[in-house]
Amino acid sequence: MTILSVPLSTLKLGEKSNVVHLDVKGLLRRRILDLGIVPGTVLTCIGKAPAGDPIAYLVRDTVIALRSEDASLISVDSKFR
Amino acid sequence: MKLKMGDRSNALKGHGRVMREHFGIRTTGEQYVIALAGNPNVGKSTVFNALTGLHQHTGNWPGKTVDNAQGTYLYRNKSFLLVDLPGTYSLLAHTVEEEIARDFICFGQLDATIVVLDATSLERNLNLALQVMEISSNVIVCVNLIDEAKKKKLSINFNELQKELGVPIVPTAARNGEGLQELQNAVFAMAVEKKKTWPKQVPYSEEVERAVCALLPKVEELGLARVINPKWLALRLLDSDVSFIETISRYAITQNQKTVALQQQGGELTQ
Repeated sequence: MTILSVPLSTLKLGEKSNVVHLDVKGLLRRRILDLGIVPGTVLTCIGKAPAGDPIAYLVRDTVIALRSEDASLISVDSKFR
Repeated sequence: MKLKMGDRSNALKGHGRVMREHFGIRTTGEQYVIALAGNPNVGKSTVFNALTGLHQHTGNWPGKTVDNAQGTYLYRNKSFLLVDLPGTYSLLAHTVEEEIARDFICFGQLDATIVVLDATSLERNLNLALQVMEISSNVIVCVNLIDEAKKKKLSINFNELQKELGVPIVPTAARNGEGLQELQNAVFAMAVEKKKTWPKQVPYSEEVERAVCALLPKVEELGLARVINPKWLALRLLDSDVSFIETISRYAITQNQKTVALQQQGGELTQ
């Protein structure tokens, strides 16, 4: 069974899901991995800037803000429970 | 005292503890060099100040102005030089701070590296600890902010953590001076008494491990095993980490010149 995934940037405030795939390349990929965002990590959307960018996520008890452009390269499970 | 470094020829001319001087570190006689590494905001500087009592002076790192603090302390009649590295999440990305921390841990010929972790977010902090443990076997893990963790009702099984990582673990609340004595003891045991530890290594996928095995003989030919864990070096080669490969070649050249110089000196003496 394949998991249906959606871009992380589509999570609404308060929603959470786990990472399925990272489509980020190069140094940004390294940075994102180092911040603890790896396949399987659960992220919660906890805030959006007025213009919708950047977006704050709770990752392993730490708040991390991502540009929505970058967040759209991270796929999360669309049916997370 | 401000030390201006950055002139590469300085390092090439150096004798003895080449890389330390390159980093603006000067040791006096029998002094043990200890580095403090950790994520930003884990209280590295608090640990630093608590140990050194603020007897610090700053020096410039080569490349760019990133301030680092150095300080000394005495413990059981031995002198320790403590170097406060810039806070980093990783040693593999390429910000200036990370490259500095990485190069120093690799080439600083450290007697011990203390990795300071935030007890309230261990999971995220352990990434750096595991990376340092891949490079060096002289690692002490200091779990700081245990007072904060207590407030958050977190309980940490330090014995289990120590078993899991294979390196000494010291819980501290540096702000209140808690655990500092134990930390000094651990540093003393590692740096002075040369107590050995066996840091657990992260296993990679079969594919990667196979590639590492294939590269190892070549890497070992470089003769840098004393300085760098050959497996780690092989992994960086697989990463095609260009900046690091440059650093290592520079270091290898410096080392070779030293060897040649020593051989010449030896030759002159015997003649």
